[in-house]
Amino acid sequence: MKPAPFKYIKASSVAHALSLKAEYGDDGRFLAGGQSLIPALNFRLARPAVLIDINGLAELEACDCLEGGRLRLGALTRYRTLERNGDLLRACPLFADALPHIAHPQIRNRGTVGGNLSHADPASELPAVTVAMRARMRVKSEAGERELDAADFFVGLLTTDLRPDEMLIDVTLPVQKPRSGGCFLEVARRRGDFALAGCAAVITLDDGSRCTDVRLALCGVGETPVDASGAAAALIGEKGSDKLIDAVATDVQRGIAPAGNVHASPDYQRHLAGVLSARALRKALQRVAHAA
Amino acid sequence: MQPDRHEVQVSVNGSAYRREVESRMLLSDFLRHELLLAGTHVGCEHGVCGACTVLLDGEPIRSCLMLAVQANGHELSTIEGLAQDTGELHPIQQAMHAHHGLQCGYCTPGILMTMMAFLRENPAPSEQEVREALSGNLCRCTGYQNIVDAMLVAAKAMRASVP
Ligand SMILES: Cc1cc2nc3c(=O)[nH]c(=O)nc-3n(C[C@H](O)[C@H](O)[C@H](O)COP(=O)(O)OP(=O)(O)OC[C@H]3O[C@@H](n4cnc5c(N)ncnc54)[C@H](O)[C@@H]3O)c2cc1C
Ligand code: FES
Ligand code: FES
Repeated sequence: MKPAPFKYIKASSVAHALSLKAEYGDDGRFLAGGQSLIPALNFRLARPAVLIDINGLAELEACDCLEGGRLRLGALTRYRTLERNGDLLRACPLFADALPHIAHPQIRNRGTVGGNLSHADPASELPAVTVAMRARMRVKSEAGERELDAADFFVGLLTTDLRPDEMLIDVTLPVQKPRSGGCFLEVARRRGDFALAGCAAVITLDDGSRCTDVRLALCGVGETPVDASGAAAALIGEKGSDKLIDAVATDVQRGIAPAGNVHASPDYQRHLAGVLSARALRKALQRVAHAA
Repeated sequence: MQPDRHEVQVSVNGSAYRREVESRMLLSDFLRHELLLAGTHVGCEHGVCGACTVLLDGEPIRSCLMLAVQANGHELSTIEGLAQDTGELHPIQQAMHAHHGLQCGYCTPGILMTMMAFLRENPAPSEQEVREALSGNLCRCTGYQNIVDAMLVAAKAMRASVP
């Protein structure tokens, strides 16, 4: 058999899952969609003593609108459920753009938002999307609950701020403000592969078409999703001219240190990051104009 | 460590099965070695090739990325369920045969299970949509073109057979 032996426990509630995690700590792993964890078990890269299956816990499947124009996605929300949720896709165009880039339909039927974010693969689309959207993560242990910004959730390569006894419960996204546009773009070798580089952009304009807020985050070019909103801030107070956007893209390229991989040299990744940033910003701007 | 064993009850292609297996047994191995339904193939065992695709409650999934215990209480469909008991092929199988959509056939079960679900959801796809739907299934023999042709013909045949 491929995986090393483990004890399998199907959690009956979030409280049950948390008590098991408190008991086993790092020796226990939550099993969500299994689309990253089971490959790791099959390769024996991961050898947890206990698997705590959280599938079927209705408390983690909620997907609803909160007051104040926010949207809550339970950790167990599967990609495919989101792809079929037209309301959500209209409210969060970044998700609509990003979801089809994640793996293949068969994997999207199982993979979950919470598993994706907890796995914290820097090449993954969703961590960058949540950073760009200023999402908030709600995490819980037997000891209590806390909430943190997406930007503080991702702390390193495949590493989050989650403590050994904590679970990601849900992620809250602000729905897109009026006169805003968003866009996610990426380059991958083949459909469904992890991105060589990807970029999420959200931009908000005032009535005079001047930028009041801009968010830019990249995937695949660092150990965590890279928040490049600082570079993009040059657009604030301005109308997004081609010249200005190109200057932002150059600044983005200067600010990153991609490691490269078998498919792309660091220079190529840096090149992609610049091109994608400029294209995503332009497309986001077009979408504001379109929505207005 | 004592093997961690669990009872698994599943329905596969409409037949009920009950087995006791170790928790680390993958669903793909369960189908092949426990239920002796070896039509589901295994290529990479890490989710990349698509050969092991089966339907779980009607949705295509990688059976190498799910534990057999997780399928407890669920309904599965595999390649063995496509043809009639009389041996008459399903239109999707007939189309693959007629259009030379397979050579070695290793990828075929996964492709057909993927396309069964896809054509149910999208009965009149464009060629581009078929290609997109096939993107999670690798074929080392055909170069895909004949599979795409077969699926467009199968879609038509399946539309015609729906009253
Ligand atoms: C062939 C292939 C291609 C892929 N391509 C892409 C791609 O292009 N882009 C992409 O983003 N992903 C890709 N993936 C990965 C996929 O998106 C996974 O679904 C995702 O990374 C993990 O989500 P999961 O629900 O499957 O989690 P699991 O695999 O079940 O878990 C992942 C990790 O998170 C932990 N975990 C799960 N849920 C929680 C929780 N609620 N709280 C705390 N910890 C938790 C688990 O213990 C485990 O350590 C690909 C996978 C495959 C097999
Ligand atoms: S064997 Fe399951 S995807 Fe390759
Ligand atoms: S027919 Fe040989 S791999 Fe597809």
